[in-house]
Amino acid sequence: MSTDANTKSAPLQVAPGAKKIASAKASKQMEKAAEKSGKLNALPDNKKKMQENGNNVHVVTLVEAVNLALRRAMTDDPEVVLLGEDIGINGGVFRATAGLRETFGYKRVIDTPLAEPLIAGISVGMASQGMRPVAEIQFMGFINSALEQMLCHAGRLRNRTRGRLSCPMVLRAPYGGGIHAPEHHSESTEAMFAHMPGLRVVIPSSPTRAYGLLLSAIEDPDPVVFLEPKRIYRMVRQEVSDDGQGLPLDTCFTLRQGGDLTLVSWGAMIHETLLAAKVLHKEGVEAEVIDVATISPLDMDTILRSVEKTGRCVIIQEAARSFGVGSEISARISEEALLYLQAPVQRVCGYDTPMPFPKNEHLYMPSVADIVEAAHKTLEVL
Amino acid sequence: MYETLDQAPGKIGFINAAGQAVQKLPDDITSEWLQRSYRYMVRVRQLDKKAVALQRTGQMHTYPSCLGQEAIGTGIGLAMQDNDVLVPYYRDQATQAIRGVKLHQILQVWGGDERGNLFEGAAAKDFPNCIPIGNQMNHAAGVATAMKFRGVRQAVVVNCGDGATSRGDFYEALNLAGVWQLPMVAVINNNQWAISVPRSLQTGTRTLAEKATAAGIEGVRVDGNDVVAVYHAVSKALAKARSGKGATLIEAVSYRLSDHTTADDATRYRDAADVNKAWEYEPIKRLQTYMHEQGCWTPEQEQSMLAEVQQEIDAAVATYLGQTEQYADEFMAHVFEEMTAPLKAQREQLLAKLSRQEVSNEH
Repeated sequence: MSTDANTKSAPLQVAPGAKKIASAKASKQMEKAAEKSGKLNALPDNKKKMQENGNNVHVVTLVEAVNLALRRAMTDDPEVVLLGEDIGINGGVFRATAGLRETFGYKRVIDTPLAEPLIAGISVGMASQGMRPVAEIQFMGFINSALEQMLCHAGRLRNRTRGRLSCPMVLRAPYGGGIHAPEHHSESTEAMFAHMPGLRVVIPSSPTRAYGLLLSAIEDPDPVVFLEPKRIYRMVRQEVSDDGQGLPLDTCFTLRQGGDLTLVSWGAMIHETLLAAKVLHKEGVEAEVIDVATISPLDMDTILRSVEKTGRCVIIQEAARSFGVGSEISARISEEALLYLQAPVQRVCGYDTPMPFPKNEHLYMPSVADIVEAAHKTLEVL
Repeated sequence: MYETLDQAPGKIGFINAAGQAVQKLPDDITSEWLQRSYRYMVRVRQLDKKAVALQRTGQMHTYPSCLGQEAIGTGIGLAMQDNDVLVPYYRDQATQAIRGVKLHQILQVWGGDERGNLFEGAAAKDFPNCIPIGNQMNHAAGVATAMKFRGVRQAVVVNCGDGATSRGDFYEALNLAGVWQLPMVAVINNNQWAISVPRSLQTGTRTLAEKATAAGIEGVRVDGNDVVAVYHAVSKALAKARSGKGATLIEAVSYRLSDHTTADDATRYRDAADVNKAWEYEPIKRLQTYMHEQGCWTPEQEQSMLAEVQQEIDAAVATYLGQTEQYADEFMAHVFEEMTAPLKAQREQLLAKLSRQEVSNEH
């Protein structure tokens, strides 16, 4: 049974404008996603149906869904290999790889020496030879020394060899604040990766999407940075059918339909965004909630179609305010939907500061009230 | 100051700067082998000379010469098997050419065209040149990890310069190769200069080979201007790697007789006397002398080889200069396997702009 706010109030929909659906495989994923959205709307019936079909249904948290997807990908493809610090015997500091070494052995669940550039760099090397490395960086705050490998090599290898070599790797990292962690354990620097050509940046916001998007990320022929919002690693449980079907990348998910304004967010902030939509609903305002999911390449069509309908938009991100993903979305709306806007686009963000130590973390983090207030601001304009 | 090339500690060599054998050559070194390696070295030196000339005449972009270091690339290239993988830095023209990278492709890369990286044959899985210093070391460790995972009898050769040994990724990769017993051979082209910074300012260790100690792997030091010594050391290390006995670090001591690249002027930071001295140790002349004295190389053979090489270089230059242009949107077409929606939109903008501007240029 699901306690995920998403699934109760929000039909999960794949955007009609979704691209990257040219291939038959992708179309299949798309259908599957649509099917999944149906399932989530009517869980009891579908649970029965899934069991009839012999599908393996699990009620899992987001981090358990990551584990389930890794297990599935490793079962289906013997060249999917996990790499990282403390992922083997220890099962990962967040338990994302728990039990996988027992099943797949130390050759496929590999504890590396403690060096992030190494983890990213050997992943590039392995992927160049056709393997499917899925590497874990323990916290996003420690990902920075691996940026050189991602920017200079992972994102460029296909292009600079004109397709001779490619880099089908996944770099996973837990990210985001709000868990009172020590310094360097709470960063939201997704925009850095989104700015790098040749990389996909994918962020799930629920167990279902963690499972489906991670499977697609591992199958993707190009490098994917897969950022896991650790604040909601264990916030909700959701039914996930372990059927090996991915969800489409490069596609926003519309979590809630509404005609009055558009709320755009991703990752852990989807939680606050959906709660804000509930508050607004009580006030008689229907917000459309869009989970961006794939930060880059950005599915702008879904956002634009929604803003054209509502004329109002609030973008919510945990990351620092300036030069971020929210800035890009806002810029694109002003370039491509200005005449539909009835109010200036609002951004609810973190501040242009390092993440504060835990005592002041609450001052940094965007809240439900912040989102509601920003929504009101857009609605005040007639 | 540069290292005294014939007195470097622990250095293994077979043919010295005077062209004399200082010890018995390995059994697998035949006259034919010497002739072949000599030809490869001459070929890459001629190519190198031509590349610099093309740059000076505005027909090529910045180019990093491998002048004086031909024995290292040639020794490595001859030691590698086709199914080994090369992870080069950017002075490995000699190895690349032996592995089947077309000479015109080498020019094409430095002429600013990615299609030069469309290697075939033995080089089909080789990495392209790594420009950021030292990053390739970790790629090689990854390639070696893939080989070990698949249980194949193959090995990877990764090259770097002396400057790269100061980088973290140099040590990270060697450390991994040690702890995982990877089938990896790392060769340092110690040409004694990282642009303007001499080897003596890079590290406090006496040699670069001894850095292997910290990684728990074997480190050897060879005369990098002796193609036999390089070949012998790399062959041994590769055989060891392929048989699962782990990695080796080889320091090949040479000297960069050229500027760092065509954009550099080394006269600003080093003495002509040092460079002139280093010329006495260069790899090609000594091998020629040795072969003459062994009676396995005649002036006639020299002439006909030079003519052949010249023909090969001329053909490569003609192919390079005659390349068709890339399609205008080709630089967007390979960023992802399937072009993304944002890139498709940007491609339309680019093509529309080009067609508008073409029209306006015509008027």
